[in-house]
Amino acid sequence: MTLDDILASLFPDGHDVKNSGGVLSGSGALRSGGRALVIGVADRTALGVDEAIRLSNYVLASVESGNAPILVLADSDSQRMSKRDELLGLNEFLAHLAKSLIYADMHGRPAIGLLYGHSAAGALLATALATRVLVGLPSADPAVMDLPSMARVTKLSIEVLQEKAKSTPVFAPGLRNLAQTGAVHLTWDEATPLAEQLDTLLANMPDARDRRDALGLERGGRPKAYAIAERVRELALQAL
Amino acid sequence: MSASHTQRTTSSVELDRTASWYESSARTRVRLLLDPGSVVEFIGPEKREVSPHLKLFDLPEQFDDGIVVGLGRLDGSPVFVAAQEGNFMGGAFGEVHGAKLTGLLRAARDIGSVPVLILFDTGGVRLQEANAGELAIAEIMRAVIEARTAGVKVIGLIGGRAGCYGGGGLIAGCCSALAVSEQGRISVSGPEVIETNRGVEEFDSRDRALVWRTMGGKHRRLLGGAEVFVDDTVQDFREAALELLSSIRAFGIDTLKAEQSRLEDRLQRFGACPDAVDIWTAEGIPDAVSIPALPADQFIALADKVRRSSRDAR
Repeated sequence: MTLDDILASLFPDGHDVKNSGGVLSGSGALRSGGRALVIGVADRTALGVDEAIRLSNYVLASVESGNAPILVLADSDSQRMSKRDELLGLNEFLAHLAKSLIYADMHGRPAIGLLYGHSAAGALLATALATRVLVGLPSADPAVMDLPSMARVTKLSIEVLQEKAKSTPVFAPGLRNLAQTGAVHLTWDEATPLAEQLDTLLANMPDARDRRDALGLERGGRPKAYAIAERVRELALQAL
Repeated sequence: MSASHTQRTTSSVELDRTASWYESSARTRVRLLLDPGSVVEFIGPEKREVSPHLKLFDLPEQFDDGIVVGLGRLDGSPVFVAAQEGNFMGGAFGEVHGAKLTGLLRAARDIGSVPVLILFDTGGVRLQEANAGELAIAEIMRAVIEARTAGVKVIGLIGGRAGCYGGGGLIAGCCSALAVSEQGRISVSGPEVIETNRGVEEFDSRDRALVWRTMGGKHRRLLGGAEVFVDDTVQDFREAALELLSSIRAFGIDTLKAEQSRLEDRLQRFGACPDAVDIWTAEGIPDAVSIPALPADQFIALADKVRRSSRDAR
């Protein structure tokens, strides 16, 4: 599905989402009433300081106006890898965007991610993974890190990495592999109107508690995270 | 070396807060930073909770998965502490490593009054378990915000061998405040990653001076990316942690709006600067090229004069 198809299917009653240099902003009419804030990154655009500051601005402006959900659409590159972005403190801009989304989610504007294309590394952390519920479309193609960078850091050849990627979901790119860890809550069906699936999700919206580690345990992608986090939490509470 | 000699050396180190932060292990940092004998570790190495994934790559495991988490005291008051070991897999976040920090932050959130010190030393996601590591970082970021919303102060201390890269840089950006030494590089993309993806013309990872002035502690302090710059000793980090704990205010929508303005202002003022030296010059520092060579005490005095702190805007 193209971005236009997705928006039309999500908001049959209309939307005013604009794409400006790969940065999405606007709103869409919900069938259940009210308008969702829509932000995101499109056209496989890299998320740099200039894009991130615009997105956080939209989110913060929405926090004190209403209680409709925030939809975060993602078809991005990774974070913009450049001297300028790092010089200006890219880590602060990406963290600020994630903080704004998480804060909004905790304060009455539930955040839903919709991964419909690529996304990677810091861009994924600052957008799709900073939501309460992350939905994948079958076309989604996330990758935590690209194989050339991975090869350089791990000192393994790209061929060896490609071979291992076939049998090792915990490091391999792709929606299914990421979903197994608990990062992607559900995958929508492209043959059914997205508005219907959004309605169903909104009617059954979980509370804001982060349960992704329990999901990863259930799906077998992260065998230890849930138990370790829970044990540390209990030990820490007892130690005081 | 006799056993008694080894013991004597260890016990003298225990009292020595002049030790280099950069040269110290995670365990030594924790022991020296907090009040003597006050640290209780949770799921320590004796529990042997190793990574379930590294054996797929025939890589050695570590019994604590490269992170120490526990409770101790700082000047008599309880603090939670987490310290990454930069010498194991570059301090990278794997499934177990990340889950320990998540659990600690959730406990701090539930209690609401005990601060958390995070001693960063990390290259970011552990690529051999990339999906689990990436999600661990996302969970930690959320747990930091939940803890801060509940009134917890979360302080990052950055001055280790591996710096604070990748998702580590994003977690650092979520903290209430940061103290950084010259060695404490903070960045998302590492020098090698930028060079691999964009070419040596964009960033020459072997140009160490370029790396330090673009990502190092001095630039982060002058830019407002870190609240406090410290010399490379455990004592200096301890004093910085105490100072920050006493000065942090509540986190809320006003904090985020202030940060939005702070970052917009930075883009407007420095967005066209090609190099850190140009930013420092634009900040009004007369002899900006001399900054990298300035000793810590002189740099701190200069930084306090020219650069207002980003406190309450993070």
